[in-house]
Amino acid sequence: MTQLALVIDLNVCVGCHACVTSCKQWNTSGAAGYLSDDNPYGADPTGTFFNRVQTFEVGEFPNTETVHFPKSCLHCEDPPCVPVCPTGASYKRVEDGIVLVDYDKCIGCKYCSWACPYGAREIDAHQKVMKKCTLCVDRIYDQALPESERKPACVLACPTSARIFGDVHDPDSAASKAIREQGGYALMPEWGTQPANHYLPRRRTEIRIHPDELERHDNPLKVDGLLPRPSSKDPALDDVTSW
Amino acid sequence: MRPALSVILLTTLIGAGQGLFLALVSVEALSGASRGFFVIGAAISLVLLGAGLAASFFHLGHPERAWRSAAKWRTSWLSREVIVLPAFMAAVFAWGVAHWLGWPTLGFAAAAALLALALYLCTAMIYACLPFLQEWHSPLTVVNYLVLGCASGFTLAAAWAGLAAHAVAAPLAAAAVGWTLLGLATRGASLARNARLKARSNLQSAIGVKHPRIAQKAQGAIAGSFNTREFFHGRGPGTLRKVKWLFLVGAFILPAALLVGGFPSLAFIVQFAGLMAERWFFFAQANHPQNLYYQAVS
Repeated sequence: MTQLALVIDLNVCVGCHACVTSCKQWNTSGAAGYLSDDNPYGADPTGTFFNRVQTFEVGEFPNTETVHFPKSCLHCEDPPCVPVCPTGASYKRVEDGIVLVDYDKCIGCKYCSWACPYGAREIDAHQKVMKKCTLCVDRIYDQALPESERKPACVLACPTSARIFGDVHDPDSAASKAIREQGGYALMPEWGTQPANHYLPRRRTEIRIHPDELERHDNPLKVDGLLPRPSSKDPALDDVTSW
Repeated sequence: MRPALSVILLTTLIGAGQGLFLALVSVEALSGASRGFFVIGAAISLVLLGAGLAASFFHLGHPERAWRSAAKWRTSWLSREVIVLPAFMAAVFAWGVAHWLGWPTLGFAAAAALLALALYLCTAMIYACLPFLQEWHSPLTVVNYLVLGCASGFTLAAAWAGLAAHAVAAPLAAAAVGWTLLGLATRGASLARNARLKARSNLQSAIGVKHPRIAQKAQGAIAGSFNTREFFHGRGPGTLRKVKWLFLVGAFILPAALLVGGFPSLAFIVQFAGLMAERWFFFAQANHPQNLYYQAVS
């Protein structure tokens, strides 16, 4: 069984929102219709997005750390939003595990959004149907695209490669390896929804410097930093200038 | 959660309609009454149920597709409610017609009474089945929908019997007082339960950062979104506290006093308004875990 998902590396995400704009651009242009916006340049702008980047400050000033947190549908393996849907508009695809909404069947009762603990679903204020991340189902199988572009728009847009797309049921996929080897975790595990999307935690990123990397321990003259002046006939390091 | 007027009206109106029918059936079973009392009573019940059904359509983004919502009755309590409500209305209609034409009514009465109870279960389970809405995820939710619906329905039955100058008015009023006081006990029990509730999710589990101090700085939108509008009532804790006392007095204490004092019609009006406040509080009090992601705008 395939379960497509995103693995998002919080250690790498810089909070640039490129995934958000790329997602919006792709998904507002597709056959499923636009993602509506109201007052985009007004005082109180609002609109439908599949993906948002939130920012959290962890710790107490001055010892704080900024965590950028991209948030979209987690395509749960046991999605609580699907069984509550009275019409069957909300469904989980058997073949690849993507949770989708059939916009032609949705009656806009919002019950599925109540049943999602992550707030991943947003109703479109103008089309009056529930919308959510589709994992760009309309591009990942598109044979007209080169294979390298058959990925969700957010993954292609990420400048730091913080988003890994793949089958988390395939133990050899890059996504599964990242989860396994870099401490991937699920959000709100207490509800048993088994999110397919995983997050990679923040890590300590510091370089380890040994003394012999600053001072050669076989320094022939035993003089710190004072290297012997080369002869004027010797070539210089850049082979151009000379003493 | 944001209380929607359409859902408040739906649940209070059909609750009273079901309660009224159960009151009429109890009268039929225990003492009997004139044919007109049952026929007009069934009509009043149908008006309430129809009004609730009409109100529910205002909750939908696409009411013209409402027929589709009967599809997933195997998994969705909302779908089950969509099936049971019209079935119950049809049974009440048949029961009323049977009284009007003088047919035997026992079969219709039994079927409609079972459907009334099933409808209480469906309505309540829509809310009680969501585990992460901890304020709702309790058997008390089911008990309260049943008891509060019966309280308003029996009060309405007492009012109708009073207007019709029927002998069953006094026992119906006594039963209504009983249901109302039982409702005060069961709703009080759920208030006490919710006051002691500990949220299972927190910001640490929401974003997976195990640090005691996390503060949100941005939520991904510079103004509001569906997530900030749908899942919060938008009022302060003071309003919530006031509405709680308002409905405790308006839905239980005052109607019980008015019923004892012999004003069943006024008691029903007060109790219905009180139950609307109770339903507003029911939705407003439920704290959705998604709100953890929406604590600061920028």
